[in-house]
Amino acid sequence: MKIVVPIQLVPDLVEDLEISPDGTSFDYENLVWIINEFDDHAIEQAILIKEKSGAEVTILAPDMEDIDDPLFTAAAKGADKLLKISGDFDAGINNHALSKLFTPALRSLQPDLILTGVSNHDGLDGALGPLMAHHLGLPYIGYVSSVTVDGEKATVHKDYPGGLKARLKVKLPAVLGITSSETPPRYVPVSKVRQSMKTSQIDELEGEMDLSGVATIERMYEPEVTEKAEMLNGDIADISNQLVKILKEQGLI
Amino acid sequence: MSQAVVLDKPADLYDPNVPGLGTDPDIKHCIQCGNCSGVCPWGYVMEYPPSRMISALRAGIFDQVTSTDSVWMCIACSACTTACPSLIPITEHLMTRIKEELILAGRVPTELQSALEASHRYGNPLGESPRKRADWTKEAGVPVPILGKNKSHADVLWFVGDYPAYHPNVKPTSFALASIFNALGVDFGILGNDEHSDGDSQRLAGEQGLFETLAEKNARAFNKYSFNEIVTTDPHAYNAFRNAYPELGITYPVQHYTQYLAERIEQLKPFLRKEVKATVTYHDPCYLGRVNGIYDEPRQLIEAIRGIELVEMPHHRETSLCCGGGGGGMWLDGYQWEKSHARTSEWRVKEAQKTGAQILVVACPYEKPRFQDAIKTVRIDNLEVMDLTELLAKAMK
Repeated sequence: MKIVVPIQLVPDLVEDLEISPDGTSFDYENLVWIINEFDDHAIEQAILIKEKSGAEVTILAPDMEDIDDPLFTAAAKGADKLLKISGDFDAGINNHALSKLFTPALRSLQPDLILTGVSNHDGLDGALGPLMAHHLGLPYIGYVSSVTVDGEKATVHKDYPGGLKARLKVKLPAVLGITSSETPPRYVPVSKVRQSMKTSQIDELEGEMDLSGVATIERMYEPEVTEKAEMLNGDIADISNQLVKILKEQGLI
Repeated sequence: MSQAVVLDKPADLYDPNVPGLGTDPDIKHCIQCGNCSGVCPWGYVMEYPPSRMISALRAGIFDQVTSTDSVWMCIACSACTTACPSLIPITEHLMTRIKEELILAGRVPTELQSALEASHRYGNPLGESPRKRADWTKEAGVPVPILGKNKSHADVLWFVGDYPAYHPNVKPTSFALASIFNALGVDFGILGNDEHSDGDSQRLAGEQGLFETLAEKNARAFNKYSFNEIVTTDPHAYNAFRNAYPELGITYPVQHYTQYLAERIEQLKPFLRKEVKATVTYHDPCYLGRVNGIYDEPRQLIEAIRGIELVEMPHHRETSLCCGGGGGGMWLDGYQWEKSHARTSEWRVKEAQKTGAQILVVACPYEKPRFQDAIKTVRIDNLEVMDLTELLAKAMK
């Protein structure tokens, strides 16, 4: 059982986000990158499958600044192989480009199962999973919160709004978009991560970033204050009268 | 529970698969008196309080101890260590070691996991941006020199700490200490954004690797500047620099602010112009009092304020009752409350209330949020929590 987990980095929201001078993207200069939280769950789910029924887990990532730490952390959790693909990331990143970047490696790795985060909060051009599935001609199921592998099939739980869940079976190989791993991502002690930095190896491949095929951002801006709330003052009778007047004016009563 | 284990010969009684634990020469001195488990605030909740852990070690059933997580009730208050007649450093040699094992096995309560991950990634357990660590200085109202571009030497390197830098209720402690340093004309500087968590609580919670990483980063920052001593806001930082960093080869003279100010009490007294008419009671922080023996200096400072009446709680000095923040406790409140439906901080504020004091004076950054929260959950009126720095600043205005 070969599992590949493509991961990506997203802007860390603990830091303030700034808009670039031309107003069409984030100011990448001041961004701090962190692993996409859903990808962290995908890694955990892969390790859980490995522990339950055996698998070789490969983490696939873009060779961006700060990518080594999440890769070594994944190795410390139990990932077997680490692979990063180089490219020019300075011009920007989108999921269309990442899916094309990853495809050659995925084709050569021939995984039985591809697990990736169901979405990323800066993914303005759609999710990575379906795009990869399209390039590889594989089935895709998103919003998955449980995966059990049985030979050539996987049984997954897919989450729907309103608390509904569906149990689906899919023939492998397939791509799954993970919302949450069956148990929360485990804690790995710093000493284990440091050890994996000495003992694990990150393989590298060259690739190309093709940002085309997505909508152009005309303007990116922080929410602008239009109207402020109107505070009603006075005693209960005053406030009630004011409210009734406003509701009538709005045509609601 | 378990059945009695009958040994044919005096086996290797101390081989629990916890590296180092079995051959610890200190633990072998345990006489099974049970003082530790009795004085432990959470001894009655733990399936294996300290003396029973050692007994399990000797009975060859230590895996039963590591299969429970009740060690996460331990708040590293050192009451056990202080009560032990055989002088076993129980907190650090036993409780922390077991926490290390559970962390290696990945069995960490979620809250604590977040605090540890945040400490590693952001240099503070609160998960705040490291770029904002010195932002508090802009609200201080007095100059707070940041070592770096314009200043590379100071007499005192003031190690501010995580909560005093970031927590809204603890920042006033920093503002107050900054005013006091300015009034006394102390030549001081802070590391600013180069400062990382001292790591002591994370160390006691079982993350030695994280502690070493944080210590290395702080050491690099210390090395950039020249200074005569470190003064800390936090007794935990004091403990780290005095007792744990030297083992990593990082040694600097260090004092807690209560020691530094008590040494200069004659200089300070003229500034304490205002009378503060209040009955106050002082809570001995575990890492200032029991662990490091500093009891008198804070009291000298309090008594230097005119109008103050200082009353002692029944548990004071060596018997002080922990706020519950140490050893990871600051980030285990939910877990511990689920198991016990009580909080040591709630017991403590009730005790403070009974003294008739209007102000509960503390000297550790964990205590103010812990006690303020407890006052709300227990619903006590007329009891305010103040750090000693704030009390002194109040007498200075």
